[in-house]
Amino acid sequence: MIEREIVVIGAGPAGLSAALEAARSGASVLIIDENHRPGGQLFKQIHKFFGSHEHRAGVRGIDIGTQLIEDASHLDIEVWLDSEVCGIFHEREVWVVRSRELSVTVKAKSIIIATGAVENAVNFTGWTLPGVMGAGAAQTMINIHRVLPGKKVLMIGSGNVGVIVSYQLLQAGADVKAVVEAAGRLGGYGVHTAKVRRAGVPFYTRTTVLEARGNDHVSEAVIVSLDDAWKPIPGTEKVLDVDTICIAAGLTPLVELAFAAGCRKVYSPVLGGMVPWHDASMRTNVPSLYIAGDVSGVEEASTAMEEGRLAGLSAAYSLRYIEKDEYDSRFNDALRRIDSLRSGMFGEKRRIAKHAIINHI
Amino acid sequence: MKEIQQELKVCGAPSLDELHASPCYQLPPQDRRALAAVIECVEGIPCNPCETSCPQNAITVGEEITALPVVNLEACTGCGICVAACPGLAIYLKKYLFKDDRAYIAFPFEYLPLPKEGETVTMVNRLGESVCEGTVLRVVKIKKMDRTAVIHCSYPNRFYEEVVSIRRLSL
Repeated sequence: MIEREIVVIGAGPAGLSAALEAARSGASVLIIDENHRPGGQLFKQIHKFFGSHEHRAGVRGIDIGTQLIEDASHLDIEVWLDSEVCGIFHEREVWVVRSRELSVTVKAKSIIIATGAVENAVNFTGWTLPGVMGAGAAQTMINIHRVLPGKKVLMIGSGNVGVIVSYQLLQAGADVKAVVEAAGRLGGYGVHTAKVRRAGVPFYTRTTVLEARGNDHVSEAVIVSLDDAWKPIPGTEKVLDVDTICIAAGLTPLVELAFAAGCRKVYSPVLGGMVPWHDASMRTNVPSLYIAGDVSGVEEASTAMEEGRLAGLSAAYSLRYIEKDEYDSRFNDALRRIDSLRSGMFGEKRRIAKHAIINHI
Repeated sequence: MKEIQQELKVCGAPSLDELHASPCYQLPPQDRRALAAVIECVEGIPCNPCETSCPQNAITVGEEITALPVVNLEACTGCGICVAACPGLAIYLKKYLFKDDRAYIAFPFEYLPLPKEGETVTMVNRLGESVCEGTVLRVVKIKKMDRTAVIHCSYPNRFYEEVVSIRRLSL
């Protein structure tokens, strides 16, 4: 068994920010990720982020990712890629399989879980046909692999993921034939829906997908209007000529590692379902375990980075790398930046849901 | 708030009524000679690069970054820095009097291919519908704008308020 001070699981925005903050405090950090490269979802986020200057507003996600990795390279941060964490035992032992062949156990003083979230599926007739995919998968194809999944796309779901990916599919050269939303109101920011709409993409609320048709791949989609009880209204079916159906139906926190390690479960419908209980410092009921980012409740990358800072700082403080005064001052700065992201008509609900988790007994 | 945003939350784009009811939206008066920034950001999202990018301090969001941005038309010089700085692509410049009966718009554009100067393009409204033809006057793409181009066009000023962008060009 090898030993490390702080092990961070997941090299996305939350994990990288946690590692940076802990290393800047003087701790030595090992960050582990199952992918070929660090950055999580940042490298497919080619749009400019919202927020204020201190949240790096106006900078594209891809450039924020590059900067975080560059910053990490100057600090005492070791990165293991292609490495899967398969379990956490006795509160401190992280079982890792590296490159699918080497099994290693790392004994850590503190562990920060930043595993992110996974896309939700929606099932309907024909949903297993090639051409039906998560919106995040389509975004990975166009922005990471530079492959257009199809020319004519139907987007299911109008939250920010649905509208941002619709916009990026247009940028990549596809036509988005429609965005459908089962609810009565569109979910995403109005500025995102407006730029997709002025590109000529129609939005249909109270509408869902009924069927994907095609022999060996999607060649048509049937959409249908929904009544007040969310039931399809017969006779309102519409056939769309599409070759790709993207599903943007929300995300679920990737909580398996945390729960298997003994973290207490709290249900938060607003933040994506079952999440590990944690306090304001991102510490769970297992004293050596911290969480940050979407695994602690689905929000967005800017919030994930601030949560990562809270977790990294708290882990370093618990190992006595920084004094209380410094901890309080850096912690309160991050908390203030998070609060400003969790305000307004979109953020308020998330702020209340987060407080409910923290105060859950 | 909910009622004035019905169109935005159903068809994706704000209606003119919704815009007129929002403190952030101010169409520059027809007798104004200089370009001015027009903001269509009516929801109070946590964001303020418009405010911090403006060299004239002509845009105010305030301490609470979910407050709506408001342009001080007297201070705005129409420089266009906010147009590319806005992550939501929700700002453009406009003026009613460009030449003869033509208005002027400069809007953010992130699609390839870019139009060319002098090209005739189709101007569209907020719903993406064709409104009229326009002429591309300038295509500005500088490093500072970080891969967001700003396209300057003239178009018939009887469509002054309606037009917000151009139809995408095919690859």
